[in-house]
Amino acid sequence: MKHSNKTYWIAFCVVVALLIIAPLVLPEFWRRFLTEILIWGLLAMSSDILIGYTGMISFGHSAFFGLGMYGAAAALLMVSPPNMWIAIILGLAAAAIVSLFVAYFSTRLRDIYFAITTLIFSQIFYVIIFTWTEVTGGENGLAFSRPRFSIPFIYSVPFTTETLHWFVLAVVTASYLILRRITQSPFGMVLQSIRENESRTRAIGYPVELYKIVAVMLSGLFAGLAGVLYAIQNKFAAPDFVYFLVSGETVIFNVMGGIGTLVGPIVGAGFFLLLREFLSRLFGDQFPYLIPLGVIFIVMIIFLPQGLLGFARRWLNR
Amino acid sequence: MDALVHFFQSIPWDQIVIQTLNGIVTGMILALVASGLTLIFGIMDVVNFAHGELFMLGAYIGVIVLGATGSFWLALILASLIVAILGGAMQIVTLRPLIGRDPLTTILATFGLSLILQNYALWQFGPSSRKISEPITTHFNLFYLEYPWYRLVIAGLSAAIIGSFYLFLKHGKFGVWIRATTQDRIMAQAMGIPVPWVLTGVFAIGAGMAASSGVLFGPLVGVNHTMGLDWVLKAFIVVVVGGMGNLGGSILAAIFISLLESYAAIWVNPSQAVIVSFVVLILTLLFRPTGLFVPTPK
Repeated sequence: MKHSNKTYWIAFCVVVALLIIAPLVLPEFWRRFLTEILIWGLLAMSSDILIGYTGMISFGHSAFFGLGMYGAAAALLMVSPPNMWIAIILGLAAAAIVSLFVAYFSTRLRDIYFAITTLIFSQIFYVIIFTWTEVTGGENGLAFSRPRFSIPFIYSVPFTTETLHWFVLAVVTASYLILRRITQSPFGMVLQSIRENESRTRAIGYPVELYKIVAVMLSGLFAGLAGVLYAIQNKFAAPDFVYFLVSGETVIFNVMGGIGTLVGPIVGAGFFLLLREFLSRLFGDQFPYLIPLGVIFIVMIIFLPQGLLGFARRWLNR
Repeated sequence: MDALVHFFQSIPWDQIVIQTLNGIVTGMILALVASGLTLIFGIMDVVNFAHGELFMLGAYIGVIVLGATGSFWLALILASLIVAILGGAMQIVTLRPLIGRDPLTTILATFGLSLILQNYALWQFGPSSRKISEPITTHFNLFYLEYPWYRLVIAGLSAAIIGSFYLFLKHGKFGVWIRATTQDRIMAQAMGIPVPWVLTGVFAIGAGMAASSGVLFGPLVGVNHTMGLDWVLKAFIVVVVGGMGNLGGSILAAIFISLLESYAAIWVNPSQAVIVSFVVLILTLLFRPTGLFVPTPK
């Protein structure tokens, strides 16, 4: 145990170090691409708390992601000069409110019905954002300027592609460490026991519903954080990001990378986005990349249910 | 008293009658879609995410056959058959290997299928919507507007398809097999029922029902590649509101929700009327999470 712990931290430091160096050697396009992978990875990682640890598949993560994004957008548009921290706080608050709402209703149902209900809820928010043009900009979304990186009262500097990458990397790494700690805490253990046997967990005396609500909220908060980061990086918020497809892709990232591993979803996001980039470079922009990716996805569900990371782990241990 | 009289006078009764008719028509189509979904779920424990895409594919095949032969009824039959065969093939390739695994993996697999089908339709047919022309163009007078007979024919046909399916389930040999498989899969297998093929058959029937509703509904709206998602969402709401895996409940819920939506459409625009079905869903989850049309569990 001690030994494997050491290898884990060494591997962790190596990967983080590589990600820190990456923007210095990569060209502009791939720098942004890498940042984007990290953001989508954070979204996928947040949903892993539900899929991998609590055994609930959420098809509604786009709502949390999108509300984080619109919350940040609201802060950046209303407060002048735009302040990064207010954007983060408002984005997280919006995601928290929405996830409390979704959690309260959807945790009454289990398994498949949980998945469907989260999907329907995310569609509700999509309809609201899409039709409420005066506030949300409707189909066109909202555009705003990127805030400066600041440490309140001390330091303030505009983001460059490198510093933005490092900032995103810091947030994602911190989120990963927090989530990892949570999954290893007594709270995380209860979540895993809900996954393994819900009625027994309830019989022991744990308030299962409460745990589930907290799990959904936690997951929604980190998804909202990913939304805020995406808003800061791309300087716009659009209803497309609240659409069901984003939730679906989140689930795909998880399954491709390996559920219940936290790192897996980031790997999955990277794999998916790289494959998409590769396909569209090979066959042109109009190529329906989701057809081959869908086929790969189904093949992986059937033959590789632990995902890429699970497969790699088994292969390394052989 | 005056206020009451005024209130009654202010209700647009003619519109309510029209919208009741509209609601029943869409409700019957929705019932046809939802009963395929309920059937597949109730018997196979599979949530078919690709159901809306089968609906859409049925409509597209309808467009093609109608263009080639000019006969709407031939298009209806052929589309149902082709999509049923396709659905059976899909089940064999993707869902059969997953039998015995966690039911949640099936939702992922069918989600993958829906992505593939939807993007295929977009790639093959393009983003602009196609039109299926109505086979019956006569109208009758209803207050100030001419109401197409075709809409009533749709409602009748959907009811007939659901009804004949019910009779088949009750009395047909394959129907008895299906019911036996639902009750006890292992026992059914022991009695010599080819369970894997029954499951394939069920998926094919559900797919065929979705396709036929797609063709029937095609003339009322355009046929495009995103029509599936709207319908599968509505059908999911219906399945949850009606009680899970409960055929009668989902039919009632389909009509109930469609009626509410069409009444709401008198006052707000149709894209906002969708919110009504969401509200029904939330209220159902709050007060009757097992479903509105299910007897209270003792």
